[in-house]
Amino acid sequence: MSETIPRTLIAGKGAAPARPGSLYRLSRQRSTIAFLFALPLLVVVGGLIVYPGIYAMYLSTLNRTQTRFLGLGNYTFLLSRDTFWAVVEQSVIFAGTAVLLKALIGIVTAHLVNNLPSKGQRKWRGMLLIPWVIPLSLSTLGWFWLLDPTYSAFNWFFARIGGPHIPWLSDPMWARFCTILVNVWFGAPFFLIMYLAALKSVPQQLYEAAAIDGANAWQKLIHVTLPMMRNIISITVLYSLIVTFANYDIVRVLTSGGPRNKTHVFATWAFQLGIASGDIPLGASVSLFMFPILGISAIFILRGVRRRGKEI
Amino acid sequence: MKTNTVSRRKFLKRAALATTAAVAAPYMRTSYSAGKLTLGCWDHWVPGANDTLTAIVNEWGAKNHVECHIDYITSVGDKDLLTASAEAEAKTGHDIMQHRAWQVQVHRDVLEPVDDVINALVKDHGPIATISEYLAKDRHGKWKGVPTVVGSQVKPCCSRIDLYKQYCGVDVTKIFPFGDNRDQALVDSWNWDLYLSTAEKLFKGGFPVGLPMGQTSDAIDWVGALFRSYGAVFVDEKDNVTVDSAETRAALEYAQKIMKFNPPDVYAWDDAGNNKWLISGKGSSIMNPPSAWAVAKRDNIKVAEQCWTHDMPRGPKGRFAPYLPFYYGVWTFAQNKAAAMDLIHYIVDKPQAKRQVAASVGYDLPAFKSYYDFDTWKTVEPPKGTVYNYPPRGDEELSITGYPARADVAAQIYNQSLQTVMIGKVAQGGEKIDDVVKWAKNECEGYLRS
Repeated sequence: MSETIPRTLIAGKGAAPARPGSLYRLSRQRSTIAFLFALPLLVVVGGLIVYPGIYAMYLSTLNRTQTRFLGLGNYTFLLSRDTFWAVVEQSVIFAGTAVLLKALIGIVTAHLVNNLPSKGQRKWRGMLLIPWVIPLSLSTLGWFWLLDPTYSAFNWFFARIGGPHIPWLSDPMWARFCTILVNVWFGAPFFLIMYLAALKSVPQQLYEAAAIDGANAWQKLIHVTLPMMRNIISITVLYSLIVTFANYDIVRVLTSGGPRNKTHVFATWAFQLGIASGDIPLGASVSLFMFPILGISAIFILRGVRRRGKEI
Repeated sequence: MKTNTVSRRKFLKRAALATTAAVAAPYMRTSYSAGKLTLGCWDHWVPGANDTLTAIVNEWGAKNHVECHIDYITSVGDKDLLTASAEAEAKTGHDIMQHRAWQVQVHRDVLEPVDDVINALVKDHGPIATISEYLAKDRHGKWKGVPTVVGSQVKPCCSRIDLYKQYCGVDVTKIFPFGDNRDQALVDSWNWDLYLSTAEKLFKGGFPVGLPMGQTSDAIDWVGALFRSYGAVFVDEKDNVTVDSAETRAALEYAQKIMKFNPPDVYAWDDAGNNKWLISGKGSSIMNPPSAWAVAKRDNIKVAEQCWTHDMPRGPKGRFAPYLPFYYGVWTFAQNKAAAMDLIHYIVDKPQAKRQVAASVGYDLPAFKSYYDFDTWKTVEPPKGTVYNYPPRGDEELSITGYPARADVAAQIYNQSLQTVMIGKVAQGGEKIDDVVKWAKNECEGYLRS
């Protein structure tokens, strides 16, 4: 199909062919049209991500009343606080454990679903995605009722079968376990669907060749499936790590950071400092603390993904 | 036909005069303000309480030809805090915003002084509670918020009459009777030592008291009153960190003892935890406004019939009621400041306050002691007189966690749950008191950062 409209149609029959203006030519170019289509998204990303991000960076350089420039003063102050290091420790435990478990559960479940007969597969896929499609704050509220400090539905069930009363949310170790559990429950389906898509794209001939070479199921997984899925695993782990480090809802609804600040993560502590205690610059510094670490990790992971993409 | 012409010079002069007058004009109560007015108010948990406030605002609006609009914003998930913070940062939003206790200090630089409204109210109704003043005045002594009726509360004891009689031989209705006929010797006997011994008996009887030890306001408030009644000051008015004291250690030792007689779940309770504990019939006493009693009246009348709201126990340095006032603030960027001031005065004035207290079934506690004679606290039942002692009527002093530190430091002591975390570390975590005090000292030094 022609990209431009014949000049005669524009100028009218019998008229001398007119030279189209540069603005007209620009508007007819594919790149311009693509840009115009992408413009709403760029505006949204710019307005809701880039601008607030830069503004948060600016805020983090100010004093409590936002009247004095401190440079990196807020960050150095944070490094001297015991509670901050406790929050770092908990955030790393929370995100690291949750992402690892989500990836493991995702890969195992993806294999199971992939091996189901195609007739029933769609039904299972749909059911397994349910935790991911329910709004997180709502499902966490459901979990809160199951784990309620005094009236836990789980404990009610355990009591019926003579089991122990478990302090789900009142003991720091159990509370940490519960926040990770809910995060894994919510996030594992995302890994499942990504890994399932990746599994389906592995060429069948590779498995056939491996079978001819005498490879068993484990060897096929290690030498065929995982290498073919490395890119998608890297990207999902990176994405999930960023999202899990930024998690707010689960901790807020389940524990509010307690008991004894033991379940606070960056986002909940940033809220407590910034909004509740009125120190927005310090809150911004807490929320931005992981940004350089995650940013550098993202660069390395994505570089690896690009390199492997070229090799393939 | 004669036409009026205004020269450019004359126009500029008049405009400058008008602007100066508008900026410098003091607040004046007027019968006609006109325009539009928007309010962001706390969404009351008592059914019907919002309707009463809406009716009061609309009455004023009709009388003054002002179109009023109220948005009720829930405190669930701190949506009220988020809305206020967003408006303060964006410098746009409602004209009047309702703020919880510390939020006036958080936003003091973008709130209009309301001294004229306060002075007018004080002239008519007497002094305002000291803690209300402490929370609302900025560094220059200007009032930045007017204490509301709606939402303001104290958290005294709410105890089961039958269980205290049965297991402890203590009649709380005799110590704190319905009416002004207190026996001072009996009142004096209600101290933390008696509270501890009765808590032990109730625990052994299978009906423990429920003192929350989480990181939400019900826990922070009663713990603040405990520390203060032992004379523990964490940071004083002159920014001295004084947490490392014999008083702090004494309060921590007491807390360590009392926590043994609470259910182990209290470390994870939110603000609903203690209410549910009492309403379920398992608990013998909590420290809360009459909300737990009101819900019990609806859901478990037998428990409600045995509930008695009364004073906090006395400590070595006095008896303190945990107070949590709310405020109306007018943003500096409000569009209709004169009308906003006028409306706030109208809402907080005694006749309207009486209606608000009645609509909240006595939950809302005004900042003026002269308002404590409202009928609601005498008439609601069962049992008769159940919330009569909800407004402090004896030697109780209103208090807030973090006092007397300068407000922005105290706000951090409060909002970062310093005191409940300390007790949790000692009583649940088994840490040494000295180590916990050292940790708290380090935290307080951090709060002083300007």
